Amino acid sequence: MFRLLGEASQQVLVELDGVEVSVPAGVSVAAALLYLGRIPTRHSPVTGAARAPFCMMGACFECVLEIDGVSERACQRQVEAGMQLRLQLCGDGEAL
Amino acid sequence: MTTPDYQLLVIGAGPAGMAAAQVAAHRGVKVAVLDEQLHPGGQIYRNVDASPLADISVLGKDYLHGRQLVQTFRHAPLDYLASCSVWYLDRSGEVGIVDNGRHRSLVAQNVIIACGAQERPMPFPGWEKAGVMTAGAGQILMKSAAMVPDEAPVLAGSGPLLLLLAWQYLRAGVKIRAIVETTQRQARWSALRHFPRALAASDYLFKGLQLVSAIRRARIPWYRQASELSAEGDERLQAISFRCKGRQQRIATPLLMLHQGVIPSLQLAAAAGCDDRWNEGQQCWQTQLDDWGESSQPGIYVAGDAAGIGGARAAWLGGQLAGLQVAHKLGMLAQEQRDVQAQSVRSACDRHLAIRPFLDSWYRIGEDRLLPPDETLACRCEEVTVAELRALSRQGCSGPNQAKAFTRCGMGPCQGRFCGATMEQIFARQAAPDRPAAGHFTVRPPLKPVTLGQLAGGADQTHEG
Repeated sequence: MFRLLGEASQQVLVELDGVEVSVPAGVSVAAALLYLGRIPTRHSPVTGAARAPFCMMGACFECVLEIDGVSERACQRQVEAGMQLRLQLCGDGEAL
Repeated sequence: MTTPDYQLLVIGAGPAGMAAAQVAAHRGVKVAVLDEQLHPGGQIYRNVDASPLADISVLGKDYLHGRQLVQTFRHAPLDYLASCSVWYLDRSGEVGIVDNGRHRSLVAQNVIIACGAQERPMPFPGWEKAGVMTAGAGQILMKSAAMVPDEAPVLAGSGPLLLLLAWQYLRAGVKIRAIVETTQRQARWSALRHFPRALAASDYLFKGLQLVSAIRRARIPWYRQASELSAEGDERLQAISFRCKGRQQRIATPLLMLHQGVIPSLQLAAAAGCDDRWNEGQQCWQTQLDDWGESSQPGIYVAGDAAGIGGARAAWLGGQLAGLQVAHKLGMLAQEQRDVQAQSVRSACDRHLAIRPFLDSWYRIGEDRLLPPDETLACRCEEVTVAELRALSRQGCSGPNQAKAFTRCGMGPCQGRFCGATMEQIFARQAAPDRPAAGHFTVRPPLKPVTLGQLAGGADQTHEG
């Protein structure tokens, strides 16, 4: 969905839903997911509707996911090697 | 009372916060600056001295201007706490922070709130879909991650930032599918009476013309006076539809970036109990302040765009005024010196603000955008539609805060930041057709997420190990 202008100087490995993926170092978790084209990043708890990062500045909470076991705004955390990310998706589109 | 940790706490390290902090610090005030980002600069100058971009000039020279401001800030004699969010502000000057995953509270004699602005919500049917983002988000991705869309986006809405983003994308070699502008024709006529004053800030006008002509040269499909926007798609955005010059249009796109101006971030000042008022010119709430930026709560100041939208240059100057006043009230700057030093700051600030009435009325948000159709999600978090709020307002519900209790609209994680404006408009119109606003949500902490573990002061489980 998004690409890097120029080459990424460094990549880090994070675990996304149990699968190891390589993402650019020094970017937010939300930016990394947009780079991977992984949207939607969550299904809403009310109707199960698909959502993805929206404001990227910590105000809208649309990018919330589980980072090392805690629900956090993905736009407010930088990627770190070995980070465990879990998207709050439900398989069949029903509410969580 | 607890001994204060600081004589001044500044919340936010954008232009207003950086200026306020260093002006006070250089006059001997013991200052700490709390900021949520990794680097100083705020959203406007984000990553300006730590840019991942190989060629930072794609963002334009106004962005580069911030580099010097950040560098002087970095050398100022003050404590700067990055990656630190403020979740609590008390009128006594007690501030609850989560600093790198640990909670603590700080007590200050004075607080300057300089937390900037947020995008004005732009609700229409489908605005919550995955693949719809704000224009500000597009800029943040460029500034902080050197990322641009790999498929041509549609840019929709109204305001200088929409055109600036288009211009920056063009410079970065990004194709733009279309610009769908919702700016209203009649607004332009009423803006003309502010034009003479705007000439005092003609550099802004020239910059605007530059953006427009570059976008024209790029031959991007540009739809003007568009209305009835809607976005479609199931798991991801697929297309945007709208009406333009009497014709229905549909553009297939995986990415849509929205903007219709910015509004002050009111949360901290409202939580601290500062009085506010509706600014009809800017169509938003703002904290009531004296000439130095002090609010109705003694010792609590608001500066920069958090106090009213004036742009980065005015924010830098407004921050200085608040910093001077704090130094004066602490007895570190005599009144005559304060006034002499403030004089040139005020006149420069007035010059930058001269453009605002023109911009505010040129880009005035039309009635159809303020009051979206029934099927629109007013509240993205709790998924409350405009129809539900309208029904409550007709049934005699007393206002936004009662409707919040009835529907949970405003109780979700964003805490009303993206539904408050819509709620207020619906209730205002129900009360009287020409009433501009109907009060706003009561704001309560936590203003930012804090875990029970962090609150209890236990060992942090999140950011270590």
